[in-house]
Amino acid sequence: MIPPHGGQLVNRLAEPGRKAEILSRSDELVSIVIDPDLVSDLENIATGVYSPLTGFLNRADFRSVLNQMRLSNDLPWTIPIVIDVDRELAGKIKPGQEVLLKTEEMKPVGVLMVEDRYEYDREEFSQKVYGTTDPRHPGVGRVLAMKEVLLGGPVELLELEPTPYDRYRLSPKETRILFREKGWKTVVGFQTRNTPHLGHEYVQKAALTFTDGLFINPVIGRKKKGDFRDEVILASYEELIRHYYLRERAVMAILKMEMRYAGPREAIHHAIIRKNFGCTHIIIGRDHAGVGNYYHPYAAQEIFEEFPDLGIVPLFFKSFFFCKKCGSIENEKTCPHDSSSHIQFSGTRIRDLLVKGEIPPPELMRPEVARIILSFDNPFND
Amino acid sequence: MEKEFTPVSIPTSLYKKIEEKIKGTEFSSVSSYVTKVLRESLSKNEENKEVFSAEEEEKIKERLKALGYID
Repeated sequence: MIPPHGGQLVNRLAEPGRKAEILSRSDELVSIVIDPDLVSDLENIATGVYSPLTGFLNRADFRSVLNQMRLSNDLPWTIPIVIDVDRELAGKIKPGQEVLLKTEEMKPVGVLMVEDRYEYDREEFSQKVYGTTDPRHPGVGRVLAMKEVLLGGPVELLELEPTPYDRYRLSPKETRILFREKGWKTVVGFQTRNTPHLGHEYVQKAALTFTDGLFINPVIGRKKKGDFRDEVILASYEELIRHYYLRERAVMAILKMEMRYAGPREAIHHAIIRKNFGCTHIIIGRDHAGVGNYYHPYAAQEIFEEFPDLGIVPLFFKSFFFCKKCGSIENEKTCPHDSSSHIQFSGTRIRDLLVKGEIPPPELMRPEVARIILSFDNPFND
Repeated sequence: MEKEFTPVSIPTSLYKKIEEKIKGTEFSSVSSYVTKVLRESLSKNEENKEVFSAEEEEKIKERLKALGYID
């Protein structure tokens, strides 16, 4: 089995006794209300999804991630996992202090042992992580709206917040045992925030030809307006797997995490997460985790050159299309016909047809999948 | 990009050999080449320190069965 990033899966779930002890002191502790995205980050740290992180980044790791795309111990890490507070609240918190983390519903969800408290430059953060300071970039917009001070230190999670999709929620420990029980020595991970069209299916099956198993891992959490809703993504994949995949070769589980749209840096982040889940390979397609025209279409593939020590093997795919003359899905390396014979897997075109209530042509999307999407009143995020 | 570096001594002959090798490649310096090779080499010895207790493993298998992931 592939080692987790850093060699060991992190477990920061408070034992029952410790949880009771924290809750008994909850009135005495300074508390911070965190939004659902930060709750997801907290859960991902605690369950080992973000191994080797044991908490929110301290200043040294934050600077190192911004500048070198590595933690201060040289391990690859590209996305700052941080918790922000305003100066007034920060003034009440000293290093060495325990702080209670609460959901927006004021439910205690975890504890942060503050080791570090530091200010940062939001424009620098945006430029280095997203390659732009354009506030229209959804990730940049979020960073620019962050509060002035970051707190660093290890966390403990009191309990996982339930989701409507807990039937598909597995921790890295669970996926590792699952892959072993399936007898898979090599597993390819597929990151998605979309309903599947035939291009996705082709890429997954092409990768599966070379590995023992396929791990379909949709991101569940905040996405941008117009993206498919989480329940639609899951239902469409359920249908695809039911009709077109071997049960002993493909599994699906959710990843509860916000999409940051950080393009190349996020591709590395996604690879590290899948390594922690036990994947030996990850599919990286065109414009992975990109948005608009902020990144070169293959920047998310090229960045892997800088990480010879990542430990998970990226499988790079170019764009696929349906060729009317070949009568099959092809790419620029396999098809001798010109573009007039090609039907591109355009997400926009498929979306436009679905908005009109029409089933896309079968060479673009499985009719079973399209019917499931159309069974929802509104399949898209408002 | 602000980075921290520290010097490492290698034989001059090796330095010159690397300098020749990286001409016209993506490596901007001998240091960037040596860094990449060392990181690659060190990652090959990455240890898997994960251990599951028998009790924990049994509990996980039960959950995976209940969810229909395994029979």
